[in-house]
Amino acid sequence: MNAKTERPFLEGWFAQDADGAHLIGARCTSCGTYYFPRQTRFCRNPACEGEQFEDTPLSRRGRLWSYTDACYQPPEPYVASDPYVPFAIAAVELDREKMIVLGPVVQGVDVSALEVGMPMELVIETLSETPTERHLTWKWKPAP
Amino acid sequence: MEACTVSKEIAILGVGMHPWGKWGRSFIDYGVIAARAALADAGVDWRAVQFVSGAATIRNGYPGQVAGATFAQALGWQGAQVNTSYAACASGSQALAAARSKILAGECELALVIGADTTPKGFLAPAKGERPDDPDWVRFRLGVTNPTYFALYARRRMALYGDTVEDFAQVKIKNSEHGYENPNARYRKRFTAAEVAASPMVANPLRLMDICATSDGAAALVVSSLDYARRVGRAAAPRIAAISTVTPTFASATIEMPDIATDSAVAAEPHSFRAALPVKAYEEAGIGPSEVSVAEVYDLSTALELDWMEDLQLCARGEAAALLRSGATRIGGRIPVNPSGGLACFGEAVPAQALAQVCELTWQLRGQAGARQVDGARVGVTANQGLFGHGSTVIVKR
Repeated sequence: MNAKTERPFLEGWFAQDADGAHLIGARCTSCGTYYFPRQTRFCRNPACEGEQFEDTPLSRRGRLWSYTDACYQPPEPYVASDPYVPFAIAAVELDREKMIVLGPVVQGVDVSALEVGMPMELVIETLSETPTERHLTWKWKPAP
Repeated sequence: MEACTVSKEIAILGVGMHPWGKWGRSFIDYGVIAARAALADAGVDWRAVQFVSGAATIRNGYPGQVAGATFAQALGWQGAQVNTSYAACASGSQALAAARSKILAGECELALVIGADTTPKGFLAPAKGERPDDPDWVRFRLGVTNPTYFALYARRRMALYGDTVEDFAQVKIKNSEHGYENPNARYRKRFTAAEVAASPMVANPLRLMDICATSDGAAALVVSSLDYARRVGRAAAPRIAAISTVTPTFASATIEMPDIATDSAVAAEPHSFRAALPVKAYEEAGIGPSEVSVAEVYDLSTALELDWMEDLQLCARGEAAALLRSGATRIGGRIPVNPSGGLACFGEAVPAQALAQVCELTWQLRGQAGARQVDGARVGVTANQGLFGHGSTVIVKR
């Protein structure tokens, strides 16, 4: 067995626990604004001068705001498989955070299976592979 | 006593372009050719220009990043004041705004504004290296290209307003008819619905013919104070009545290039950036959307032209496709959109594009647009948007 090493393509952006996968956001302790990617310095709400943030898991589920796919191989730094396999991309609206987060859609689900407004959930799946490593990312998947 | 109002208008004395295409030459060549065309159109000697305002191109090394000085040197150093602006797709408008500020502040009377670019083939890609702090790097690493965003907006229109891919194709067909008559356009071919439908899918629901290319090209303007225009017998020249280059307002609620998430709207109301750009311009000009005769909008995709029509308040939200279907946005219709042919026929030459929009409106308002002429055009409006919170609306009137 020569199992590949698995690692997130970005460190500290998402995690998996007993309840499932989630994005790691930050929340301003002054005004409550959420951030993804995490924000740790200055709150961007112009009415807030907050500089204190707490890490917080973002909602695992949301509604599909819109979707598309990547029919052509994206340029670097995207790492494509050979041959390239097109994939769908989802923009999902998180109710509690009142924000939209983009992500690839899991392998095997193409745009014909997607519909604006449908429930989606976050999962962790392979983004790219090298001969020795598997790079993981967050992806969206239609939720039951 | 009523406060006296100071005019914020400046005159457009001359416009010029280098045709869009893939010419394989330096952006400097294109810029100088456009500048000389604008100077000739204005009847102005280059040595009389007091301020040179360049729109930067970030893909052409140091000379591109100091474009104002690069063009000034190529035209022949003559001691003018100089500026370079970079604001992604709004770079040309920012360079124009710099010229307007100089003129209105009384620091110069006559300015030359130039934008030119040489662009690579295919997708616009980010700089090299592993840079997780750069949202542009993150989204490309995930495989999220510019057409991804255009397609998300297009699909959203289909879900919310019932727009169809046939509607999007009609935008391409209309713009290709307009651009067919434009000697500065890169693509001069009339497309049919069947040809659009047969082009390969790029980012569902958008096909190759729905998405604009990247091009080489250049545009330039000679602008002056109204007083200067009167002194040289050009009091009736078209005027810049407004330039809006506002930032978004938090919480910006639309997913925008190059971000992978929107602002969170838990502590502030959600805002639309695209809709905010024209609002500032209409206020500044004291002109309402109902007075607009012609619009040049940033059709990075066919569907995006429909978004812009609503953001410019040329119709109510969700009604752009109906207006398109009615024929109102064709030349000869009530409110022609993209009589130049738009990005569909030009392809995007980033720092030149916002200036090219103003060139077209100037020709339209002078009645010099030939077969593309919008009869009786008096007020023209532009709209564009680029990365990192940049965008612009310019209003031209006569």
